[in-house]
Amino acid sequence: MSTSVSSASAGSRADTVDSSDAPLLQVNDLHVEFRTRDGVAKAVNGVDYSVRAGETLAVLGESGSGKSVTAQAIMGILDSPPGHITGGEIIFKGRDLLKLGSEDRRQIRGAQMAMIFQDALSSLNPVHTVGAQLGEMYRVHKGSSRKEATAKAIELMDRVRIPAAKDRVNDYPHQFSGGMRQRIMIAMALALEPDLIIADEPTTALDVTVQAQVMDLLAELQAEYHMGLILITHDLGVVADVADKIAVMYAGRIVETAPVGELYARPAHPYTRGLLDSIPRLDQKGQELYAIKGLPPNLLHIPAGCAFNPRCPRAQEICRQEVPRLFQVTENDGTELAGRGSACFFWKETLNGE
Amino acid sequence: MGRYVLRRLLQMIPVFIGTTFLIFVMVHALGDPVNALFGDKAPDPAVAAQIRAQYNLNDPLWLQYVKYMGNLFRWDFGTTFSGQTVTSLLATAYPATLKLTAVAFTIEVVFGIGFGLISGLRRGGVADNSVLILTLVVISIPTFVTGYVLQYLIGVKWGIVPATAGDPLTLQSLLLPGIVLASVSLAYVARLTRTTVAENSKADYVRTATAKGLPRRRVVINHLLRNSLIPVVTFLGTDLGALMGGALVTERIFNIHGVGFYLYQGIVRQNSNTVVGFVTILVIVFLAANLLVDLLYAVLDPRIRYA
Repeated sequence: MSTSVSSASAGSRADTVDSSDAPLLQVNDLHVEFRTRDGVAKAVNGVDYSVRAGETLAVLGESGSGKSVTAQAIMGILDSPPGHITGGEIIFKGRDLLKLGSEDRRQIRGAQMAMIFQDALSSLNPVHTVGAQLGEMYRVHKGSSRKEATAKAIELMDRVRIPAAKDRVNDYPHQFSGGMRQRIMIAMALALEPDLIIADEPTTALDVTVQAQVMDLLAELQAEYHMGLILITHDLGVVADVADKIAVMYAGRIVETAPVGELYARPAHPYTRGLLDSIPRLDQKGQELYAIKGLPPNLLHIPAGCAFNPRCPRAQEICRQEVPRLFQVTENDGTELAGRGSACFFWKETLNGE
Repeated sequence: MGRYVLRRLLQMIPVFIGTTFLIFVMVHALGDPVNALFGDKAPDPAVAAQIRAQYNLNDPLWLQYVKYMGNLFRWDFGTTFSGQTVTSLLATAYPATLKLTAVAFTIEVVFGIGFGLISGLRRGGVADNSVLILTLVVISIPTFVTGYVLQYLIGVKWGIVPATAGDPLTLQSLLLPGIVLASVSLAYVARLTRTTVAENSKADYVRTATAKGLPRRRVVINHLLRNSLIPVVTFLGTDLGALMGGALVTERIFNIHGVGFYLYQGIVRQNSNTVVGFVTILVIVFLAANLLVDLLYAVLDPRIRYA
């Protein structure tokens, strides 16, 4: 009896997602710190998350919350020094990446997991043609000839719907528009059909209409190739349409996880609540926009207890003393809400909006 | 591109006239060349008058310059006071200097960029600090000191390579002068490369290259170094001219009969034809090197386009 219940709940959580049990990527208790002259900045302090094939995880958080650093640690492109991974594991397709040698990790990078960066203009090399930069993936990982690589590059550019790909393959990044450049970044990430794509604020540098096009393209390609996608963003609007689940980060920890719809409807952490309240709304036109008071925490001196306590409207004595673990969020009658967790002692009150 | 080159070539004409005229005036400002020719002895008035007439020294300066330039375009650089044609001096001097410059330039490029790259990649490490200290030492010691010390130690005391470069010039005999001539520029190239490499290694496109799973070697050479060399090439181009003209000290130390050697003699003897002739060629070399650098810049950096 109990087994059938649990399998049913697992099924409902992941109806569009691979039913096999092992997630594509599982990050367990990851710790990253930056050793600088001024001291040790603890950028990531025990992050857990997982992504399945075909699933989109949105990682949400403000600048300095550790979302990009986590991604860089997964990719293995953390600047070291000063960055150091001090604990945890990153299990990708059953192997702990942190235990692999640098050559093994290099072969995974680009081929099995790829990354899309924020600013495509600075992230593409200005002195090489886009064709060369796309083709490089095939030349390095597959040993293709220059000619084959160029043909593949044109194919890729067609795939991400760049008009007149054949004529533009020998153009340089600065000759493309912002949206087209971001398509090239996406094409580069897709080149070897990786299992996992990490998109680090892929639309931040673009204007709103182009943002939508790029996100649609990304979602479409993800569905087609059945890839896992980690979408890092601080834009709640972008997330709503494409993500399956959300992890909200604050000061290097995950403070709330939830399936996408539920997070918007009923946040269970005061920080998430604050983020949602600070979205401009048409029905509140003319009123002052809500803002979370205070400043993001200094990672060199993270506040004791819950890192959010100095800015939190609900903060009590316990919040200043104890670090809250990620509590399982339940309905008022005690039934578990699948996939929901909140690192707040007062998650129940927050959930009910008291 | 063609229009740009044409425009640049046309721009060279006023620059060329200006620089040669300045040199012409400066050489004549040194004093009366006829007096200098006879040194301590008072010249015989008749001989002096004849020399003055032969070298147009009685004309006003601007007319002398016009006559000189007129001859120049017929490839007549005039003769020295001792009767040799300046063209024959140029023909012996320039090949020697070109060889020396080629050796020095190669050393400068290979070791300057090499040291700069190593140092830029390992900022703060032992290699980096050694390069910084060594280049500082090289820059702060005058060339003639490095020249004489190296000549004495390597050439005379240990006898590893010839102490002076005789005739004909061999690659082996040019090695030591080449190192001495290259040393200061090499230090600058190393420091410049170090800075740009260190700066670019934090660039987003280098991170992208790493994220693409490229081997480290390819990331460094194809992406990092390729972009970092753009400012270095600018320096190297202008330095090529400086090496040719600035070999004066090195050529004297190692007894190489090159441009610097003859130029020095021309200045000492106030022989305007020699000095102006040699400098004219140097000016052309400089201008050509500068144009080449600007064109190369567009090749290295596609964001720069000349119309």
